[in-house]
Amino acid sequence: MAEHMNPEPMISVRDLRVTFGTGANQVHAVDGVSFEVKPGETYGLVGESGCGKSTILRALCGLNPNWAGEVTIGGEAMTPVRTRSFYRRVQMVFQDPYGSLHPRHIVNTTLAEPLAIHGIGDADERIARVLVQVGLGPAFRYRYPHQLSGGQRQRLAIARALILEPQVLLLDEPTSALDVSVQAEILNLLVDLRDRLGLTCILVSHDLAVVAHMCDRLGVMNAGNLLEELPVSALEDDSPTHPYTRQLLAASLGYDRRLASGAVEDIGG
Amino acid sequence: MSDATSLRAWLTAEVTTSPRHASVQRFYYGWLRLRANPLALVGLLILLALVMVAILAPVIAPVGPNDQSLTRRLLPPSELHWFGTDELGRDVFARVVYGSRITLYISFLVAIIAAPIGLAVGTTAGYFGGWTDTVLMRINDIFLSFPGLILALGFVAALGPGIENAVIAIALTAWPPIARLARAETLTIRASDYIAAVRIQGASSSRIILRHIVPMCVPSVVVRITLNMAGIILTAAGLGFLGLGAQPPLPEWGAMLSTGRQNMLGAWWLAAIPGLAILLTSLAFNLFGDGLRDVLDPRSE
Amino acid sequence: MNQPPETPLLQVEDLHVRFRTPQRMVHAVRGVSFQVGREKVGIVGESGSGKSQTGRAIMKLTPPNGIVEARRLQFQELDLARASERDMLKVRGRRISMIMQDPKHALDPVMRVGAQIAEAIPDDLRLSKAERRDKVMAMLEAVHIRNPARVHDLYPHEVSGGMGQRVMIAMMLMADPDLLIADEPTSALDVTVRQQVLTILDDLVTRRGLGLIFISHDLNLVATFCDRVLIMYAGHIVEECVASELAQAKHPYTQGLLASLPRIGSRNAKLAVLNRDPAWLNG
Repeated sequence: MAEHMNPEPMISVRDLRVTFGTGANQVHAVDGVSFEVKPGETYGLVGESGCGKSTILRALCGLNPNWAGEVTIGGEAMTPVRTRSFYRRVQMVFQDPYGSLHPRHIVNTTLAEPLAIHGIGDADERIARVLVQVGLGPAFRYRYPHQLSGGQRQRLAIARALILEPQVLLLDEPTSALDVSVQAEILNLLVDLRDRLGLTCILVSHDLAVVAHMCDRLGVMNAGNLLEELPVSALEDDSPTHPYTRQLLAASLGYDRRLASGAVEDIGG
Repeated sequence: MSDATSLRAWLTAEVTTSPRHASVQRFYYGWLRLRANPLALVGLLILLALVMVAILAPVIAPVGPNDQSLTRRLLPPSELHWFGTDELGRDVFARVVYGSRITLYISFLVAIIAAPIGLAVGTTAGYFGGWTDTVLMRINDIFLSFPGLILALGFVAALGPGIENAVIAIALTAWPPIARLARAETLTIRASDYIAAVRIQGASSSRIILRHIVPMCVPSVVVRITLNMAGIILTAAGLGFLGLGAQPPLPEWGAMLSTGRQNMLGAWWLAAIPGLAILLTSLAFNLFGDGLRDVLDPRSE
Repeated sequence: MNQPPETPLLQVEDLHVRFRTPQRMVHAVRGVSFQVGREKVGIVGESGSGKSQTGRAIMKLTPPNGIVEARRLQFQELDLARASERDMLKVRGRRISMIMQDPKHALDPVMRVGAQIAEAIPDDLRLSKAERRDKVMAMLEAVHIRNPARVHDLYPHEVSGGMGQRVMIAMMLMADPDLLIADEPTSALDVTVRQQVLTILDDLVTRRGLGLIFISHDLNLVATFCDRVLIMYAGHIVEECVASELAQAKHPYTQGLLASLPRIGSRNAKLAVLNRDPAWLNG
């Protein structure tokens, strides 16, 4: 097999385990998950709350050092403590635009901070450029987060993630906290930036429609386990095999009382 | 007139054009909110009046605070002596006016010593957790477990009486509640997404604490210190009352209250006037502090 | 559709809700009129559309700095607009009930679940302790809780999201109301649990002949669950239609909203971005 036919994965996760708590209260938030993401690909992680999808992202981006398993990003094996140069290659956009921006920092400061940390000069130009990239004009540069709308805040969060010019972008439910009409703008922006900058992305969401819109492949998670991996086209022609995936797919179409009675059993009581 | 309107336009501009413009505008809106609270304004005005009195003391007081006149002892308030005279014939009004300087001196110094120490200890303990937190907080607990005045007494007894030592002693009793407050705030802030975001940019812990956590704690620390100011003034007055703060003949209000006690039945003004001054100042700090809390509450933004 | 016409349970005419804030007067609900019979009516809107405030105004639960005015707020024989607080006490929880988004916030954390449901039984029924317990058990079964005896003695924090919401529904139905207002009742629930809770609501509404006002931001969910849909924007109702005909919506806001939703199959296509026409602010 010629190498260019099978490029090295950008992200490789093998048997990732994340546990919280000790003894009787131990929770296996991520229980032996393995997957790969090729360069330029967008991989989706779908599941309901508590399935471990966000925990995986937090372990990958370096927020949580307590993980076990093998993680390779950009050909480099990851250790629990990351080097500063790692943060220039991998960045994350958080879910809540109202909580992911420092309330006392104006837009300019929020964008200047990562540049200052990495000692990157010409901050002024870079800030102006990235603001244009995300569709925020210069008028926004000296505003506080509370003076921005939800959509504008999320654009700023995306700008902040991109200003270090990473190769990998981790997206943790980037549109879940936004109004429906704003969601479309942000999704369009993400798709556009992803294509133009050639980013490799992992998109975490509970919304199958959002994942289907942006991703090429997806993994379905439940209770810390990766149940099924499938290409997005499988969702489109209704061919997933795992019953849980089928349930998620049916639920994404709205309420259907014929399905509810056949649902997975009650949780206790 | 056009200057005023263009200033107003700049302050309320929709688009801010520089970091300074943004912070001035934020300060201006905060000021507008404070202005809408009548009681807070009253507190602020009293405090400003106090500062004016302190600055203009030589102009306001008719005579010096230590000018004795043994023939004019214990005179009741009159046109000549607005607040009467004390047991050494000194004009009580002049003494109260000059005493305001001492009160402000003590309050200001205690605030700028206690607040930074409290912030530093609290944010460090809260951010790092673990042993750092345990050790720092147990030290904090030791200080907290003493009643303020008793602890201050202890320090002054060790350091010797005098106004500077009183300031140090009071500051040492004032920082623990600030540290506790800062720690509690830090624990909440630490879990937020904006701190996570700056962590994954590769920021060092000290940068995170100084540039990201401390700015969020400052508002509640400022409010707390302002509200504690009444207690600080009373502790200073208490020390003065016991002869351990400002030494005679300094016209410190607490010391005046103490000597006034002896003549209270015959010359009510010797105790009542300094007492009233202490009351008014404490009340002003409380009202202003309450108003500040409403303005600085980040949730209202 | 062949049933004899009945007077609707609720008739709202020209409802206005205004809030006095230090900066200005906020006009949250601007002249909203609609009717609810023994059917499921959905009110859909984004944040700031006024949908939640409409629900609260009906129960007269608007925050104190709000001003509620309506030409008519007729609930069966009562005009709620002119009802006093004493009259409202007999209506709230008894004849009109409300379910909110997060059951954890609506339940008393230090009281067992069974006791809280029992509290909702009207006093004037004068039931004995055993009769009350039976009634509570019956209601827990009606909301499909399989082990009612066990759940009866649990505390709210021991109960999962879906079960908590079912407990809320049980509590709200104890007094046998005629109208149920549900404000984002399933938004905090997982997608699979959502189906179960909605089925329970559906059954209860049909069997007891209740009217249901379902407030949500989820257009798709409301369109598939409710009988009729009202779309709100900036305090106005901009569209009113039968749920099954939502795709033929006439107002540009509704059409724009429908077009901007990502769908399975819309991969990488540019989603139509809603262009807000300022004219919509006037209803």
